[in-house]
Amino acid sequence: MNRNLIIGLILSAIAILAALVSFIWTPFDHVAMNIPAKLQTPNLTHWFGTDHFGRDIFSMIMVGARTSIAVAFVAVGIGMGLGIPLGLWAAARKGSYVDELIMRANDLIFAFPSLVIAILITAIFGAGAVNAIIAIGIFNIPVFARVVRGAALPIWEREFILAARVAGKKAARISVEHILPNVLNLLIVQATIQFSLGILAEAALSYVGLGAQPPTPSWGRMLADAQTLVSIAPHLALIPGFAIIITVMGLNLMGDGLRDHLNPRTRVART
Amino acid sequence: MIRYTLKRFLSLCISLAVASLLIFFVIEIAPGDPASFMLGINAQPDTVAALRAELGLDVPKFERYLAWTQGMLTGDFGMSYTYRTPISQMVADRLWVSLPLALFALALSTIIALPAGIYAAARRGKTGDVAVMSATQLGVAIPNFWFAMMLVLIFAIKLRWFAGGGFAGWDKGLGAVMWSLTLPAISLALPQAAILARVMRSALLDVMNEDFMRTARAKGLTTTQTLWKHGLRNALIPVLTIIGLQFSFLLAGGIIIEQVFYLPGLGRLVFQAISARDLIVVESVVMLLVFAVIVVNFAVDLAYATVDPRLRART
Amino acid sequence: MKHFVSQLALASALSVAGFAAHAANTDITVAMQLEPPHLDPTSAAAGAIDSVLYSNVFEGLTRFMGDGSVVAGLAKSWDISNDGLVYTFILHDNVLFHDGSTMDAEDVQFSLNRARADDSTNAQKALFAGITNISVLDTATVVVTLDAPNGNFLFNLAWGDAIIVAPESIDGIKQAPIGTGAFKFANWVQGDKIELIRNDAYWGTPAVLENVTFKFISDPTAAFASVMAEDVDAFVGFPAPENLPQFEADPRFQVLVGSTEGETILSTNNKMPPFDNVKVREALAHAIDRRAIVDGAMFGYGTPIGTHFAPHNPAYVDLTGTSAYDPELAKKLLAEAGFADGFETTLHLPPPSYARRGGEIIAAQLAQVGIKAQITNVEWAQWLETVFRGKDFGLTIVSHTEPMDISIYANPEYYFQYENPAFQELITNLNATTDPEARTALMGDAQRMISGDYVNGYLFQLAQLSVAKAGVQGLWANAPTQATDLTAVSWAD
Repeated sequence: MNRNLIIGLILSAIAILAALVSFIWTPFDHVAMNIPAKLQTPNLTHWFGTDHFGRDIFSMIMVGARTSIAVAFVAVGIGMGLGIPLGLWAAARKGSYVDELIMRANDLIFAFPSLVIAILITAIFGAGAVNAIIAIGIFNIPVFARVVRGAALPIWEREFILAARVAGKKAARISVEHILPNVLNLLIVQATIQFSLGILAEAALSYVGLGAQPPTPSWGRMLADAQTLVSIAPHLALIPGFAIIITVMGLNLMGDGLRDHLNPRTRVART
Repeated sequence: MIRYTLKRFLSLCISLAVASLLIFFVIEIAPGDPASFMLGINAQPDTVAALRAELGLDVPKFERYLAWTQGMLTGDFGMSYTYRTPISQMVADRLWVSLPLALFALALSTIIALPAGIYAAARRGKTGDVAVMSATQLGVAIPNFWFAMMLVLIFAIKLRWFAGGGFAGWDKGLGAVMWSLTLPAISLALPQAAILARVMRSALLDVMNEDFMRTARAKGLTTTQTLWKHGLRNALIPVLTIIGLQFSFLLAGGIIIEQVFYLPGLGRLVFQAISARDLIVVESVVMLLVFAVIVVNFAVDLAYATVDPRLRART
Repeated sequence: MKHFVSQLALASALSVAGFAAHAANTDITVAMQLEPPHLDPTSAAAGAIDSVLYSNVFEGLTRFMGDGSVVAGLAKSWDISNDGLVYTFILHDNVLFHDGSTMDAEDVQFSLNRARADDSTNAQKALFAGITNISVLDTATVVVTLDAPNGNFLFNLAWGDAIIVAPESIDGIKQAPIGTGAFKFANWVQGDKIELIRNDAYWGTPAVLENVTFKFISDPTAAFASVMAEDVDAFVGFPAPENLPQFEADPRFQVLVGSTEGETILSTNNKMPPFDNVKVREALAHAIDRRAIVDGAMFGYGTPIGTHFAPHNPAYVDLTGTSAYDPELAKKLLAEAGFADGFETTLHLPPPSYARRGGEIIAAQLAQVGIKAQITNVEWAQWLETVFRGKDFGLTIVSHTEPMDISIYANPEYYFQYENPAFQELITNLNATTDPEARTALMGDAQRMISGDYVNGYLFQLAQLSVAKAGVQGLWANAPTQATDLTAVSWAD
């Protein structure tokens, strides 16, 4: 275990723990409004203060962690679910039309400005968590396809693969039984990175009002709500901002730490 | 080489065609009609129909697609539904804001990131490296719109050093333009600088492990000397690639930052056009951005292939 | 030598700047949230067009004043026939369009005919529906004939959609508007600003200001920053009421709180079960705490209403008592209607903060009585398509900003689908009545009828909130129509 990994695990654990605990307990009901008690600064009753509707920010941050994590998690899931098979397929048929087609399609998706497209998708098909997941997920597909293909190609040249081929195994089976386990480390690292990017993307979409819809709390929307209040109640913007930063940083450190821990020599594309 | 170039060019054309189809038909699904949007809630149905006819919206979708793509080949993107001005003109106007902003942000991020990356690589594993790397971790994790909010709060509202936003206008001179773009550029540059510094550092470290570097050091040069003499030049290729990618990201990625600082740039144009269902504008701007990236990639591929013939056989 | 000249130029430039700082300020920068899509008030509903151009650049035969009254505009006087069908307008002489051409009766005929033509793209074409003929008697006299008496006709002509344009300059109107007003259009940097300059050949009282810049700042944070950093001299229709106390406390600024014609309502789909049951609608009305909505969503700015009518109108009847906040009564009514366990519905929220914030509060209040309202945030284009035209909604929040628009309840096709023949007859009577007292009585009846039928949840009258530097005087505090009339604005010394 290296230092990055430990710090990363601790920081990410805060968010994950907050999200899990919120299912059974929050200090207050996160949707309960109390307008006379609005805009309180952090105090003993409301640990992070209250927002413009008098809701308890601590509870909202806890439940908001759930939203952020769920959106990013499923978006990464979509990316992996579609990207990994495509990447494996392309690698197995290296140089063929299938390979060419998959990689060109990848390039094409990469060529689209992701944030603009995510905003477009949610604006066109309706704002909400599900569409936010899809919008973020689409751009995860080529990332995983590319990583898998890149890592799988050299493995196809290895002797044990040749042996499997001689034994009459089909390419699909080899991909699943031999290639996939060998690129798994890389995938885990890439997944943590995409996960952190997903949390940032969710925050951005919610900030422009296109993410999870109220009353479901979301860190990004808390920031959007805080926009005009930041000069009189800075904690409204500071607290969700710190929540995002800590979580993203934790995941990134975890990714870096995992990379060094699992395989010191592999490098992961991060853009 | 010619065969390779032709092949790549063909795939470029196919990519553009597929992109235009995707963009047009996905965006056209959008519920909402620009004519009803323009005319509001008291409009009579015959008025809306008259406006639709005036805007050419009563023409079948596929015909509009053909007209749009044909126009684009000659640089004519058509007319905006709401603004009623040629889109090429609107885009050109907005580029005069977005382009300097992207360049400014890119310059800032490069100026910060390259020295930081080099320093970290030279001090690998020591306190300086750890400090720089921790700072980059923070930089990547900060949402740029949040950072922008904080900058406005501190430097515009509290200290009043900068305007709270807005674009000075080129008639006020370059200085005023730069001043008005400073806060937006900083908020855009921060995460990019963090990424770039990390790339710079790891590229240098990669290069330093190469044989020729070991040879250089064996010849008696110090680490710093080899770094400057050989390392930097060789590490520049991945760094330049990232800078190129970042530029296209910055051009479109300012969409939220332009909103926070009310800059009349390309991103805000798209935002406004989406809400007004001025779809032809949205389609054209997205197409342009995609076009820029695809062409840059094409140029980069060709450049690499020229340098390294092995790449022509795609691996 | 060259060096010397440039130094001289610099010195004189400095002295000019110094001089300008001491002279009376005749420039103003006014910010607003929305940018006009184009500059033709007669072919779009966008209020932003009128906000820039109404009264400043374009004028109609009659016009609104800041207090909401309708007075003579380009028409010096008029005569109405005894049967109320024929209006004879006498125009002011010596009125010139900004391009130097004369404004005469033919321009009036052209403008009104254009608005009511078959291929007209006028967003308020209904305003002109009763006109059967427009004829020119001489250059200064126009006769308009109606098919039925219309008590609102002079009022209708004051709308921005009824401004007078010239056939010579109509083709360029969307980009370079040519009107008769006290300011001329000068320049438009799209996405940023529109500039006007004083019209020195104006037929009426000339404006004090020489240069006017309208800036468009949609983001509420940016709006706050722009005023605080003194980038703008005034912000008309300030989007964030929560910031106003800060401006009030700051001697650099003044805050103007006025009225608008915007009845903010919880629109209810009267044809969609369970809202077709009047008991359910009544329960809805009692489940809503208006005070909490005004405090929470508007930070205290806004007047609670109990019907679809502006409280500053003399004919307004205060009916907030018929729908007082009483969650227990709401639960009881729901139980009587057969929804003891509540029900689920949708709540579509368009972008303005009164809707987004108000919607969150209303959803929380409805949850208290067992109604689960699923919030969907929509953009205007989507709202128009699904809610307004598609009528695919349960509840929505919207501010109806058209003046005197209670007659929308007489249209059963209107999106909230209220169908009551008695009400329709009432409005027909109202339209045909010209006697002011009889009109007031009929308007009172209309207000009571929709309030008693609990057609919609009546929330509050939207306030017009503006911030300006302390020295700005003459701005409209109220918004009787979408306008930023700068013709009487000046700087205090």
